[in-house]
Amino acid sequence: MTMLRGRGWITAIIMILLAVLPPIFVATGNAFWLDLATRLVILAIAAVSLNLILGYGGLVSFGHAALLGIGAYAVGIPAHHWLYGGGPEWLQTTSGWLQFPLAILAAALFALVTGAICLRTRGVYFIMITMAFAQMMYYLIVSIEEYGGDDGLVIDQRSELPFVDFSDPLQQYFFCFVSLVIVLLLVRMIVNSRFGMVLQGAKGNEERMRTLGYNVYAYRLTAYVISGAMCGFAGALLGNFTTFISPEMMDWQRSGELMFMVILGGASTTVGPVLGAVVFIVLEHLLSSLPEPLGVYWHLPFGLLLIIVVLFVRGGLTTLLTRRGDR
Amino acid sequence: MDTSLFIIQLLNGIQLGLLLFLVASGLTLVFGILDFVNLAHGALYMVGAFICASLTYATGSFILAVIIALPLTAAVGFVIERLVARPLYARNHLDQVLATFGLILVLDTAAHLIWGPQGMAVPLPEFLQGQISLSGGLVLPTFRLVIIFTGLAAAGGLFWLVNYTRLGMLIRAGASNRTMVSALGINIQLLFSLVFALGAALAGLAGMLIAPITEASIGMGNSIIITAFVVIIVGGIGSMKGAFLAALMIGLIDTLGRSYLDEIFSLVMSPVAAENSAPAISAMLIYIIMAAVLAFRPQGLFPPKVR
Amino acid sequence: MALLEIRNLNKSYGGIKATDDLSLTVEPGELHAIIGPNGAGKTTLISQLSGLARPDTGSILYKGRDISSGAAHRRAHLGIARSFQITSLIMEMTVADNVALALQAREGHSFRFIRPARKVRHLRDRALELLAQVGLEDKADRPTHALSHGEHRHMEIAIALAAEAELMLLDEPMAGLGTEESGQMVELLRGIKGRHAILLIEHDMDAVFALADRISVLVYGHIIATGSPDEIRGNEAVQHAYLGEE
Repeated sequence: MTMLRGRGWITAIIMILLAVLPPIFVATGNAFWLDLATRLVILAIAAVSLNLILGYGGLVSFGHAALLGIGAYAVGIPAHHWLYGGGPEWLQTTSGWLQFPLAILAAALFALVTGAICLRTRGVYFIMITMAFAQMMYYLIVSIEEYGGDDGLVIDQRSELPFVDFSDPLQQYFFCFVSLVIVLLLVRMIVNSRFGMVLQGAKGNEERMRTLGYNVYAYRLTAYVISGAMCGFAGALLGNFTTFISPEMMDWQRSGELMFMVILGGASTTVGPVLGAVVFIVLEHLLSSLPEPLGVYWHLPFGLLLIIVVLFVRGGLTTLLTRRGDR
Repeated sequence: MDTSLFIIQLLNGIQLGLLLFLVASGLTLVFGILDFVNLAHGALYMVGAFICASLTYATGSFILAVIIALPLTAAVGFVIERLVARPLYARNHLDQVLATFGLILVLDTAAHLIWGPQGMAVPLPEFLQGQISLSGGLVLPTFRLVIIFTGLAAAGGLFWLVNYTRLGMLIRAGASNRTMVSALGINIQLLFSLVFALGAALAGLAGMLIAPITEASIGMGNSIIITAFVVIIVGGIGSMKGAFLAALMIGLIDTLGRSYLDEIFSLVMSPVAAENSAPAISAMLIYIIMAAVLAFRPQGLFPPKVR
Repeated sequence: MALLEIRNLNKSYGGIKATDDLSLTVEPGELHAIIGPNGAGKTTLISQLSGLARPDTGSILYKGRDISSGAAHRRAHLGIARSFQITSLIMEMTVADNVALALQAREGHSFRFIRPARKVRHLRDRALELLAQVGLEDKADRPTHALSHGEHRHMEIAIALAAEAELMLLDEPMAGLGTEESGQMVELLRGIKGRHAILLIEHDMDAVFALADRISVLVYGHIIATGSPDEIRGNEAVQHAYLGEE
């Protein structure tokens, strides 16, 4: 129970900071920091969604960035047709009521189809086949010239929803922040539910679960689809935030970064991925804004950190912090 | 269909296949023997290219540069094995993927620090710059043929090493049964280091061969490593023969697919539809093949023999 | 009709016959023990029965239905539960969670996302009840990896009981237990016996002869004798092939 209390503190501190700091950034004219916070919160949603299958399900998906991309293009493509025409009429819209459900459904569908195939494989084969499907998505978008191909797509008009104005940075931030809170609560609910128990049981001992009578494949596929849907939603937020989307956001290195956030913060703890995203984004920013010539080479300490975290910080920062707190 | 164009594309496909084999062979050895997923293997391809580029300027000879660069790249591999890879052997694949992902960042940035942000062109000696006319009015750049012959020679050498030497016997045994090799009292640590260094040299050689055509550049290994993973999974992890056949297959399919898929498609669909869908499908083709192999024949097309 | 009937089962791994024309029956409520030297193919047999391995030829009839090719999770729903020789628990979870998962498996699907599993009263209560039966009620909320080997074996029994299976496949429940712990396990099994049919695979001869209604002797994948404990004790072929070695 002390562990839970420790984690509870981390969660509380992070969430309070994420709720309080951004308005201060705005009040003090630090628009840049608000941008950073928005990106952080969106990627945290993606990392939390990945954690559902990676941390709790033990499924090492190396293609999660594709879902982020799908969600972003589900905003970009309708906006593109709205401005330039073409495409079916129902798609020519900037309405969030179409774009967000589309992002969620498209990502869920992608997860369903690819997951149905991927989940028949194990271990490193699973890692590679999830990556392969993400690469397919990447090249699919690259090859569609209408949507900018390699060069990407500018979203001229953000999603329109009655209760939020995405062109107001602070409103956008809080929409993302509330989304993060909801996603966190959802994942926590799922993990603690009977479904979540089966998912974690299958991670711990698949054979045992099968002899107990569980169709492990069906449970994993369901988790995979839920995770995909959440990440698609994060993608739609990301598209609205950056207003420029390109296939590059589906690159395997982006998937690797999402995995790193999860592991850095601590897989199979609900708040771990959020902590991971915070540390990742803040560190990325701090290192890359070091004075010349150091800033140019920020990938070097960053890469070293990644290696060190994997080699020496088992269980991620959450475990590290709670373990200290207990002593 | 233009025959000479087809032959050129065929040779391009073989060239790509052989380069892929050089990268994939090391990857499949390391993967098969050490059960170690090394995403940073592609960075060694880049390291080889840059070392070779520097040496070409220092010595004035591309060929001399390759000869010196090979052991140097192997040494880089040897050091990486000791420092980063070894502590990871006992870890799960997730840890391996992440740590070697970090290693890519480190190596790419190190290359940036040492060789600068620009790519480095590698000048070829005069006699490799020309073209060779073949029968039927076919003209081929000499260096492309050199790549093909070098690739074939390296593949041949590797087959000899793996099949007819004591080291090769241990490598093969290690790929199929790790505990047996350690039970034989072999210095397994040294064997692992050597395998890693060998893999590094092979990947480096591929980088050196491509550098005169594309330049040595930061991040050049990051796309070939993914294709090399496709190769070893299609071929069957741990299988040298599988890596060779799958590399040629993937090289040919990728090259020919990009050139001819629209024509093949237009046989069964309208020309407009074919022209629209062919580029997308051809770029995805190798991943589609890999997914199909994993779904229907997860052990790969040419898995190593189980003893 | 026998609850379980195995007919002429064969299974080879790379030329080695792990199961060789094996036939046996388990009657309802019977405790049928299988003994045999190491490498006799006992665990292979259990794997085929539970559906984790597929026989090459032959059939497995459960209540008269052929189940030789059904998946493991389907067999569990028919009422076959299995314990593992090498403790096969979910180490990261608590003791009660392990048992609750076995109970939950009996309730149809688990696509239930909302209520926290640990707050589902009947699962929790029943899990604690079963843990009390095996003497582990006070360790219910400890993580499984923190328990001793003997306690893990008791958990295995609680999980097999949770499945309320008509047929329990117990793979060496005494493996690695000390004398005192073995004694406790024998008492535990004696308490269960009769309510469930049990196919017991076990090395501990004292336990087998104390518990079994019938004993089959397995040598190189083949059954060389089946009978009551007294018959097996007096069987010369058995003494020669197996007991003599001990």
